[in-house]
Amino acid sequence: MTSQDQHWSMLFGRLSLESLPLHEPIIVATFAAVALGGAALVGALTWFRLWGYLWREWFTSVDHKKIGIMYMVLGLVMFLRGFADAVMMRIQQAIAFNGSEGYLNSHHYDQVFTAHGVIMIFFVAMPFVTGLMNYVVPLQIGARDVSFPFLNNFSFWMTTAGAVLVMASLFVGEFAQTGWLAYPPLSGIAYSPGVGVDYYIWALQIAGVGTTLSGINLIATIVKMRAPGMTMMRMPVFTWTSLCTNVLIVASFPVLTAVLALLSLDRYVGTNFFTNDFGGSPMMYVNLIWIWGHPEVYILILPIFGVFSEVTATFCGKRLFGYSSMVYATVVITILSYLVWLHHFFTMGSGASVNSFFGITTMVISIPTGAKLFNWLFTMYRARIRFDLPMMWTVAFMLTFVIGGMTGVLLAVPPADFVLHNSLFLIAHFHNVIIGGVVFGVFAAINYWWPKAFGFRLDPFWGKISFWCWVVGFWLAFTPLYVMGLMGVTRRLRVFDDPSLQIWFVIAAIGAGLIACGIAAMLIQYAVSIIRRDQLRDESGDPWNGRTLEWATSSPPPNYNFAFTPVVHDLDAWDEMKRAGAPRPAGNFRAIHMPKNTGAGIILAGISTVCGFALIWHIWWLAGVSLAALLITAIAHTFNYARDFHIPAETVAETEAERARQLAALKGAAA
Amino acid sequence: MSAAHEQGAGHGHGHDHGHDHGGEAHGTMRDYVWGFVLSVILTAIPFWLVMAGPIADKSVTGLIITAFAAIQIVVHMIFFLHMNARAEGGWNMLALIFTIVIVVIVLTGSLWVMYHLNANMMPQSHQMDSLP
Repeated sequence: MTSQDQHWSMLFGRLSLESLPLHEPIIVATFAAVALGGAALVGALTWFRLWGYLWREWFTSVDHKKIGIMYMVLGLVMFLRGFADAVMMRIQQAIAFNGSEGYLNSHHYDQVFTAHGVIMIFFVAMPFVTGLMNYVVPLQIGARDVSFPFLNNFSFWMTTAGAVLVMASLFVGEFAQTGWLAYPPLSGIAYSPGVGVDYYIWALQIAGVGTTLSGINLIATIVKMRAPGMTMMRMPVFTWTSLCTNVLIVASFPVLTAVLALLSLDRYVGTNFFTNDFGGSPMMYVNLIWIWGHPEVYILILPIFGVFSEVTATFCGKRLFGYSSMVYATVVITILSYLVWLHHFFTMGSGASVNSFFGITTMVISIPTGAKLFNWLFTMYRARIRFDLPMMWTVAFMLTFVIGGMTGVLLAVPPADFVLHNSLFLIAHFHNVIIGGVVFGVFAAINYWWPKAFGFRLDPFWGKISFWCWVVGFWLAFTPLYVMGLMGVTRRLRVFDDPSLQIWFVIAAIGAGLIACGIAAMLIQYAVSIIRRDQLRDESGDPWNGRTLEWATSSPPPNYNFAFTPVVHDLDAWDEMKRAGAPRPAGNFRAIHMPKNTGAGIILAGISTVCGFALIWHIWWLAGVSLAALLITAIAHTFNYARDFHIPAETVAETEAERARQLAALKGAAA
Repeated sequence: MSAAHEQGAGHGHGHDHGHDHGGEAHGTMRDYVWGFVLSVILTAIPFWLVMAGPIADKSVTGLIITAFAAIQIVVHMIFFLHMNARAEGGWNMLALIFTIVIVVIVLTGSLWVMYHLNANMMPQSHQMDSLP
C-alpha cells in the first residue's frame, strides 16, 4: 500500500470510485432514471416553493395523523422498489433456460432477491402497518395524539433512515447477497467480505430503533390514553390487535438487535459467535433470528386482522360477531407466536421430540386464526353486506388467506417439511399469506380510511380494476410456484437445466405482469381521486356509516382530534352515540394544549444515516464524529423547553362552529 | 368530537386523561429501609458461604447462592421498583409476568434446541477419528 492509498483509506475507508457499480449497465440505467426523476422532483418542489411547507407542515410534524400518512408514503415508495426487484426475478427466471444465462449475473441476482425480501418486510409491510396504527389508534380511543408525539416523529425518521441506507446500497457499493435473513457463515466476513451485509446490518439496526420506540409509544398510548368509559373489553378490535402487535414488537425486536450486534462483532472485531470454528455456531444465529422472525410475521398480520374486523362490522352494518373470542384469539396468537420459531428450521438437525413439539404448536396456532375467520363469516351471515372496495378486499383476503393458511399447516408437519423445505412451495406459501393477508389488508385499510384522512373517497372504478388485476395476478403468479415446489424446485435459483419447467415460470411472470397492472391501476386510482376530489368529497366525516370513534370527527380531523374527550358507553362507541342521538358540544370550549413541531427527529435520523454509512464503509473518523454529533444533538434537544403551545379557545370554537354548519347543511340537503 | 362529551373536562393535551390510575406506587422510607436491610442480609450470607466455606460441596454452595440471587431479584422488585399487583392498575404485574413467560420460553427453548443441534449435528471426536 502506498502512502497515498493510506491517506485515501484514512479519509474514505473502503469507499473508492470502484465502489460505484459502473460496470453494471442495468444499475447505471436505473441510476440515470432515478437521478433524473429525483432532479425533476426537487426542481418541482423548489419551483412551487414547497420546501418550507413540507418542512413546517410534514417533516417536523408531531401530529400522529401526518406521521401516519408519511409512513404510508414511505411504504408505498419502497413497495415500488421491492416490486421492481420482484419483476426482475420473474423475468430472469422466465428466460434463463436452455443454456441462457438470463440477463442478471449471479452477483446482481443474489442482491435482487435479498433486497426484495428485506425491503418488502422491513420497509414496506412494517411502515404500512405502523402507519395505519399511528393514524387510526389515537382516533379510535378518543385521544388527541399518541403518548409521546416527538418520539413518534423520531421513530418515523429512523425507519426512513434505514430505507435510505438500503436505497443507497443500490448505487454506492452493493447490497447483501445472502437472502433476507443473512444466515452465517455466508454472511460472515469470510464469505461476504464486501459492504453488502454491512448495509443490511446498519439499515436494520437504525430502522429497528424506530420500530421499537414506536412500539413503546403505541403501547403507552393504548394503555394510558383511552377515553373515559373505554374499558379494555370496549376497545375496538383494531386497537386490540395493535396493542398485541406492539407488545410483540417490544418483546421481539431487541432479539433482532442483539443477534445483529453479535453478527457485526463477528464482522468488525473478529469475534467468533457465528463462525464455523473457534467454538462459534452458525445455528445459534438461525435460532435467535427466528425467535424474532416468527413474532415478526404476527406483528404484520395482527393489525391487519383488526382492519378486517372493522371493515366487516362496518360493511355488514352490525356488531362484530364474537368480539370477546376475537380478543382472546388475538392474545393467544400473541403468546403462541413465541412457541413456533423452530418450524423455520426443522431440517437443521433437531431430534424427533423437538421437531414434533414445534410442529404441534404450529398447528395449534391455526385454531385461534380459524376462530377469527369464523367470526368474520358469522358477522357476514344474514347481514346486508355492502360490497364497497374495503369489503371486496376483505372477501378476497378470506378466500386467499385460508388457502395460504392450509399450505402452512402442511408445512408444519415435519416429515412434509423435509421434502418442501426451501422449495418454491414455501415461497408460494408465505407470499400467499403475506400478499393475501397483509397486502390485501393494507389496500382494504387504505380504501376504508382514505376518506377520513383526506376528506374524499377513492375512485371505485380504478379501485376495482386494481382489485381484479391483483387477485387474479396473485393466483397466476403463485400457483405455478406451488406446483413447482411440489416437484422439488428450490428457491433462489438463477438458471435452470430442465426445459419442462419454463412454462411454469412464464405463467408466473405473466401473473407478475398482471399484478403490475394492478399497481398501476392503484396509482391511477389515487391520481384520479385527487383530481376529482370535489365530486368524491365526503363532508359527513362518516362516509361508510362507521361504528368506531374515528368516524365521529370531521374528515380530515382537526389537529386536536376531539374538542372534548368523548365518553364511551358501548363497544361500538360511535354507533351507540348515533343511535342515542348524542348532541355535539356547542360551547364551553377551552384552549387546547398541544405539542410543538420540532426538527430534532429528522436531524437525529439524518445524523444516524451518516453514522451508519460511515460504519458500513469503515470511515472511522466520520463514524466517531457523527456519533458524537448524535449524542450532542439528542442532549441539546432535551434543553429545548419551548415544546408546547395552546390552541386558543376561540379558534377551537370557530373550528367546531364551522363543522356544525357543515353538518347542518348536510342535514338540510338530505331533508 | 360530536357526541356525548365530558363537559368541562377540558384536559390539556391528552396525556393526562388516562382513567386507570391504579394508585401510583411510591415507596415510603420504611420500604426502602426494609429493602436495604434484606438486600444486605441476602448479599452477606452468600459472601460468607464463599469466604468461610462452611459447605464442602461446591455445587451445593453454587445452588444456594443462585437461590439467594433469585430472592434478591424479588426483593429489589418489591421494595425498590415497587412491584405489586395494584401498581399502574395491574399493568406492571402483567408486564412482568409476560416478560418472564417470554424470557423462559426463549431461554429454555434455545437451550433445548441448541442441545439437540449440538448433539445431532456437531462432529464428535470419535466420528472425526473414524473419518477416512
